[in-house]
Amino acid sequence: MGSQGGFYQSKEFLDLVKSIGEARSKAEEDRIVLNEIETLKRRISEPDIPKRKMKEYIIRLVYIEMLGHDASFGYIHAVKMTHDDSLLVKRTGYLAVTLFLNEDHDLIILIVNTIQKDLKSDNYLVVCAALNAVCKLINEETIPAVLPQVMELLAHPKEAVRKKAIMALHRFYQKSPSSVSHLVSNFRKRLCDNDPGVMGATLCPLFELIARDVNSYKDLVISFVSILKQVAERRLSKAYDYHQMPAPFIQIKLLKILALLGSGDKQASENMYTVVGDIFRKCDSSSNIGNAVLYECICCVSSIYPNPKLLESAADVISRFLKSDSHNLKYMGIDALGRLIKISPEIAEQHQLAVIDCLEDPDDTLKRKTFELLYKMTKSTNVEVIVDRMIDYMISINDNHYKTEIASRCVELAEQFAPSNQWFIQTMNRVFEHAGDLVNIKVAHNLMRLIAEGFGEDDDNADTKLRLAAVESYLRILGEPKLPSVFLQVICWVLGEYGTADGMFSASDITGKLCDVAEAYSNDETVKAYATTALMKIYAFEIAARRKVDMLPECQSLMEELLASHSTDLQQRAYELQAVIGLDAHAVACIMPSDASCEDIEVDRDLSFLNDYIQEAIEKGAQPYIPESERSGMLNISNFRNQDHHEASSHGLRFEAYELPKPAVQSRIPQTLIASTEIVPVPEPMYPRESYQTTMPSIPSDAGSAELKLRLEGVQKKWGRSTYTPATSTSNSTSQKTVNGTSQGDGASTVSSMRETYDSRKPQVEVSHEKQKLAASLFGGSSKTEKSPATGHKAAKASSHVVEKSHVPKSSLEVASEKATPAQQPPDLLDLGEPTATSTALQLDPFKQLEGLLDATEVASAVNGAPAASRSPDIMALYADTAAGIHNKNDADLLSGLSNPSVTNMPGTTAMPQVTQSSSKGPNPKDSLEKDALVRQMGVNPSSQNPNLFKDLLG
Amino acid sequence: MIKAVMVMNTQGKPRLAKFFDFLPVEKQQELIRRVFGVLCSRPENVSNFIEAESIFGPDSRLVYNHFATLYFVVVFDSSENELVMLDLIQLLVQQTLERCFKNVCELDIVFNYSKIHTILDEIILGGQVLETRSTEIMRAVEEISKLEAATNAISFIPKSASSWLSR
Repeated sequence: MGSQGGFYQSKEFLDLVKSIGEARSKAEEDRIVLNEIETLKRRISEPDIPKRKMKEYIIRLVYIEMLGHDASFGYIHAVKMTHDDSLLVKRTGYLAVTLFLNEDHDLIILIVNTIQKDLKSDNYLVVCAALNAVCKLINEETIPAVLPQVMELLAHPKEAVRKKAIMALHRFYQKSPSSVSHLVSNFRKRLCDNDPGVMGATLCPLFELIARDVNSYKDLVISFVSILKQVAERRLSKAYDYHQMPAPFIQIKLLKILALLGSGDKQASENMYTVVGDIFRKCDSSSNIGNAVLYECICCVSSIYPNPKLLESAADVISRFLKSDSHNLKYMGIDALGRLIKISPEIAEQHQLAVIDCLEDPDDTLKRKTFELLYKMTKSTNVEVIVDRMIDYMISINDNHYKTEIASRCVELAEQFAPSNQWFIQTMNRVFEHAGDLVNIKVAHNLMRLIAEGFGEDDDNADTKLRLAAVESYLRILGEPKLPSVFLQVICWVLGEYGTADGMFSASDITGKLCDVAEAYSNDETVKAYATTALMKIYAFEIAARRKVDMLPECQSLMEELLASHSTDLQQRAYELQAVIGLDAHAVACIMPSDASCEDIEVDRDLSFLNDYIQEAIEKGAQPYIPESERSGMLNISNFRNQDHHEASSHGLRFEAYELPKPAVQSRIPQTLIASTEIVPVPEPMYPRESYQTTMPSIPSDAGSAELKLRLEGVQKKWGRSTYTPATSTSNSTSQKTVNGTSQGDGASTVSSMRETYDSRKPQVEVSHEKQKLAASLFGGSSKTEKSPATGHKAAKASSHVVEKSHVPKSSLEVASEKATPAQQPPDLLDLGEPTATSTALQLDPFKQLEGLLDATEVASAVNGAPAASRSPDIMALYADTAAGIHNKNDADLLSGLSNPSVTNMPGTTAMPQVTQSSSKGPNPKDSLEKDALVRQMGVNPSSQNPNLFKDLLG
Repeated sequence: MIKAVMVMNTQGKPRLAKFFDFLPVEKQQELIRRVFGVLCSRPENVSNFIEAESIFGPDSRLVYNHFATLYFVVVFDSSENELVMLDLIQLLVQQTLERCFKNVCELDIVFNYSKIHTILDEIILGGQVLETRSTEIMRAVEEISKLEAATNAISFIPKSASSWLSR
């Protein structure tokens, strides 16, 4: 009658369990348990309860808590029980507290003392009970209180105690490596313990230590190998045998450790070959544990420096696993195969059929494991099949977690190996359609970028075809109900950017669809924002092409609704749309050039385009700009400047109040000046000069501070953004994002994000190339921003090449038909001198910048006063260097990634005529420029996603 | 490392739950429920492994075994090997519980709640497999049992009571 084994329980407990077991419903069970809780609450606080009774109450409490009810009222009683002298009561107390309390619980403080005492007990059972509690209840703060005792126990005569003491020390290491880092050598010592059980226990912490720092333990390779050899040769006592295997658990731990130590280390690995080979031979593959050891051998073989003979044995075992009827072994076989194909890819070939079988298997776990293997095996030759299968499976399951995982894998594979654009678009559509809300938003941005940039860099026709295919498929898909938000954003963006580009669809078709989207998903503001911006683009393209624009009635009503929207973002977009529609063709073409989302944007950091303006101002009697170094005499400005400078060099203290304890007036003046530079478009009209002065220096200084900040990023966040400098710091820190935004052409058209890109790029131009590289390597490449998405995803590189190859012949056949497409630039244009193209593109920026810095009227006058013709050569001369420098850089990146230079520069070229037009045309309406800047700010990213943009803009 | 050991019956009632990292009671309940949800939807004759990342977070796997009316479940991370965990369940059930209680059944586990915990504490400590020799485990448990028997006069639960629970 072993049923009780001496663990006494009363009739009451029996009844409780019985009634719970017989409960017909959850409600009934709850009632019984609540009843029990009441009883216990009453009983447990009665005076003079016999210990035995108390012990049972506590067990009942534990039981109740396991059923999910609150037993916290009894915690204190459990704690009290640990203080008891009787071992049995104490043990129950410890059991209860380890189950009830976490290491940070307030009551722990009452237990630590008892634990300390118990660890010193003569009775080893008491010590063991205390060590159990130590493993669970001691946290970083209380480790020092018990550490000395635990250390002593490492040499305890009882092996059971030594074992547990090692585990306790291991636990300490897990919780706070620093507090026991000086003691880790004890694990090495215990490895030589006389008792194999203790040695086996030591392997657990050693495994973890080695996983963290392999190199410090290379000297143990020989020891581990010899231990493993002895174990495999049955040198341990029979007691360690398990299913006729000699100490299999120890063997497995040792194999795991060897796998770590031998990884990428030929010399260490050579020591292991013999023993691993022996185990392969000796292992009994009929028992579960034997197979576990074999599997661990395969893991080890695939991790250490490859040895052909061992790989062969491993392959044999894998085929045995895969051929087995047991699903468990098949699973292990698939897993092992996934490990081995990294070393010998050909091995997968022999098991094709077995793998396919596993894919068809009703066992979900096996199926998933197989998909994981397929994912590892994917090549450009099999990508279509595999991704297709994966998507089918993805559609069939409900588990969101796994759905997300498969979706991201599909995307990754598709980007990496896509055999054709059509296939890529279709695949992405399927993924988005079925798991759109689960995939990362980056994937959507990436898709937009790929559509915008195209795959084949030489081949505009292919790009056009790709876009047309995308537009067509999206128009079709829009008919489906309930599309995921992310997918709709992509659709809206692509329709806006390319919907009317090839003349296949009319503007009213596309705008109609966009309005439908905005209406159907009216509670999704992001989608609405995308749709609105897309509408604006379509209308802008229409206007620029000098076609008559008829706003659909549904579009008008949508705009009316948005103009009164609660979302400022939507409202803003609606106003912008209205403003754009009211402009003439020149202005619109300037604001929204078609297909310019991939345009490179160059930056004029010296603001030399302002030279004429400055000249003019000085002639009129303005104070000339005094460089910082010469400005010490001018207190009010120097104060401002110092402040700025200080901010840049040491982020801690930004006010020099201690060095220059000048009256408050002085610090106030800069404040106002700052404000005037900050809230850019409206400086006080009375101080045109001052605002001019401060505006001018603020640019290079910002750039300078940003240059320093490049390396100090992360620090600045600590101090928040208090005064005005955030303008730079934000733009700096977000620069990558925004530029990505640009290159992805996220939201509004991208040329229109120039001003912002200007801002964000400005600091980077100043930085030398070495720094750029450093920054690139440290922060994901500010200098590479243009291409960083492409290089970030292995995708674009590989795929572009693949695609290019596969597409060149096709598209050359289609050139004739494609030539007709109006939106496409004639190819000759591409061959225009690059510098010209760039610098003309540049000319566009300065205005944007200007209009951000100066009063709008001044902008107008600047535009007025500076004849474009006289300025442009200047700029070219000044920019020859930087522009070329940047270009080299970009080209290098681009070349390595996607393109040849002509494509890169194409957008710049495209922009040229428009720019010349607009600047020669004379003053642009101030409103439109201001609006335009806002459009850019907002258009790139919906406000909710990047509030920093507004910081840039509004200070 | 092993994250949790659970025993639940085929109706989803927890019989034993031991989490090696502390989790609040509600969370434990939720996990048990979700594990049961997965377990009961598994067809016959499939593997004993489940990818448990959606339930227990990244890097977690789950091995279970079904004995009569009980599921034994072990949750662990990638530093352990599935087949070994399966054997650990075997070790617990067939080599230890079976020896403690001849013909172990659900009822034994319910009534000897604290004893099962003691056994588990001998096998797994702090999430690591500490002892795999059933003789050692038995010896440790016996020692405590003897002590207990010495202090307790009566210790009887009629085996017949098991009939209603083990159906």
